[in-house]
Amino acid sequence: MRKQLIAAAIGAGVALASPAVFAQQDLNFDEYRAMLEDGNPAELYEMEGEELWKTARGPKNATLEQCDLGLGPGVVQGAAAQLPRYFADADKVQDLETRLMYCMEKQQGIDPAEIVNGKFLQGERRQMAALVAYVVGQSKGEKIAVDLSHPKMKEMYALGEQAFYYRTGAMDFACSSCHSQDGKRIRATQLPNITKPEGAAAGWGSWPAYRVSNSQFWTMQHRLWDCFRQQRTAEPIFASDVTIALSVFMAGKGNGAEAQWPGVKR
Amino acid sequence: MASPMRIRAAAKEGVTEVRVLMSHVMETGQRKDSSGALIPAHFITELTAKHNDKVVLSAEFGPSVSTNPYLAFKFNGGAKGDKVAVTWVDNKGETRTDEVQVS
Ligand code: HEC
Repeated sequence: MRKQLIAAAIGAGVALASPAVFAQQDLNFDEYRAMLEDGNPAELYEMEGEELWKTARGPKNATLEQCDLGLGPGVVQGAAAQLPRYFADADKVQDLETRLMYCMEKQQGIDPAEIVNGKFLQGERRQMAALVAYVVGQSKGEKIAVDLSHPKMKEMYALGEQAFYYRTGAMDFACSSCHSQDGKRIRATQLPNITKPEGAAAGWGSWPAYRVSNSQFWTMQHRLWDCFRQQRTAEPIFASDVTIALSVFMAGKGNGAEAQWPGVKR
Repeated sequence: MASPMRIRAAAKEGVTEVRVLMSHVMETGQRKDSSGALIPAHFITELTAKHNDKVVLSAEFGPSVSTNPYLAFKFNGGAKGDKVAVTWVDNKGETRTDEVQVS
């Protein structure tokens, strides 16, 4: 029912040659969010994730306490604010989830395929979401500081930018169809203008988030997956290059702004 | 089985403010799953808060309360280091108690 409504709304938008976004009215969602912030249920996931970080699991029966998120083994404080980054050990640019998946494989022996082929909110992806909540919580209020100087980061940024403007799918939408104008919203959600630093920071810096409308905690991979769905295009593979590239693009553009992790959303 | 609550209690000018975040599905018993089967009701029915050993709040909860409920309340009295304990019981008889020190 809900899905149909969304589809109908987007369909109606196409007739006007633009997605169903409306000029912002007196919709005081920020105030609502401020009220929610006091009791953001994402904290429950943070607590769970902190516990999980220290719990021996997987075929190797090890914890994640030696996981290097970029600031040295076991350093969680501030690590998320500097992700994605290039990791020499993996010879890859990794976002938080890809890095956690790498650590889960190397330290604990958990097969990444279990996560890549899994479903959001279930199994190892569910566990990973709790870990994500814990890690981003340790960067709350930190400034986004993604180092774009490595050639592989430059490459990913360029790929992300290209993907952002790439029109595809049944409706011929790009990310930019919905995220390149100021002051737009869809239902009660403000759509940030991701082509500008403030908008990129608003989007990048407020997810992962707890969604009050469905009582779920969503990671950035989950957010991006849903935007691909909204774009009516192919479902991205979990932790694939295009998802990481889009993250590098958004994080890089949002550099210097304060992260609000974990967020709370409608 | 039940996950821990997040409780914060802070005393200021003779009044203690308590904020509690509970981890609970709060299933109403009205929803159906993707195969059309009714999802059984599972929600908190009672909540009790104690300051040291004295009950300062008792509440009845029901299926209209959201998933992962948040509750904030104040009581007179309370000082740094006092205990605040919160207990919930649900319709399946599961229960959980967590305790914090007033800050
Ligand atoms: C059809 C319109 C549409 C397209 C195309 C689209 N999005 Fe979105 N996007 C949305 C909506 C609607 C939301 C808010 C969703 C919500 O809160 O439920 C959103 C939210 C977001 C957010 C979080 C913003 C915030 O402040 O909460 C980010 C980041 C984002 N999208 C990135 C992308 C990227 C990257 C792409 C391309 C892969 C994309 N979107 C494509 C509609 C779209």
